[in-house]
Amino acid sequence: MGQMIIRDFDIPANDFSVAGEASSTVRKLLSQLGVAPDRIKRTAIAMYEAEINAVIHGRGGKAHVEISGDKIIIEISDEGPGIEDLELAMQEGYSTATDSIREMGFGAGMGLPNIKKHADELVIKSEKDKGTVVTITVNF
Amino acid sequence: MTIRDMIDKLDCSLAAGTEEMLDQEITGVYCCDLLSHAMAKLDPGNVWITIHTNLNVVAIASLTNVACVLVAESIEIEEQTLARAVEKQVVVLSSAKTAAELSFELFCLLRKAE
Ligand SMILES: Nc1ncnc2c1ncn2[C@@H]1O[C@H](COP(=O)(O)OP(=O)(O)O)[C@@H](O)[C@H]1O
Ligand SMILES: [Mg+2]
Repeated sequence: MGQMIIRDFDIPANDFSVAGEASSTVRKLLSQLGVAPDRIKRTAIAMYEAEINAVIHGRGGKAHVEISGDKIIIEISDEGPGIEDLELAMQEGYSTATDSIREMGFGAGMGLPNIKKHADELVIKSEKDKGTVVTITVNF
Repeated sequence: MTIRDMIDKLDCSLAAGTEEMLDQEITGVYCCDLLSHAMAKLDPGNVWITIHTNLNVVAIASLTNVACVLVAESIEIEEQTLARAVEKQVVVLSSAKTAAELSFELFCLLRKAE
């Protein structure tokens, strides 16, 4: 893997027919590249949670992925309502998900904590009414 | 124990998947309806017992490479979910038993098979 591999994805708002597609495509790619299964698993968990957050909280967004020889950097961005209190949002069990979202099985408030747990690096930049950018790094 | 062995012993039926997909070995069982937990806890080859039947179940099953999804309590599985499962090559099974019964029976079967 000499060259950097770059992929971009659209994440449509509230569309569960494609939610997880970006993560799924990246997982397949990493597996083709021969990345260790444990690293792929961490990447898939972290990216899926961020992707779902963009779908259900962020009114949809984009994923920008860069894979180099020793790591993957995933940037999930949206122009949604933003996260007002990041410290609160990072707490296990905290969720503002609506009832209809919960009925589907989301809204456990474990997404951000899961990302934190499985990523080697997590940076969240968010501004109220402007949007959120979640940057996840997993080292191989 | 393969998925086929499990279907024989557990009283469940095939809702999506083909004959040749049933040869896969089962590595364990996990049961939870919170999708964040399932996403983080499911290992490849696991049986995932759930009562959800929406599209996100297939997305997670595919991402985690589970052996199959086992829907408890004969809950009707959404048509689009079955179609997506076929497309993503995810085996979906259905049983009238509760998630607790299925978990217990599967654990016993897996212990015996060890
Ligand atoms: N992209 C986002 N845009 C706006 N708010 C978000 C975003 N991601 C997370 N949040 C906020 O942080 C909370 C916690 O997120 P998370 O831990 O993933 O739990 P959940 O998605 O189950 O609610 C969410 O309920 C929401 O209020
Ligand atoms: Mg979330």
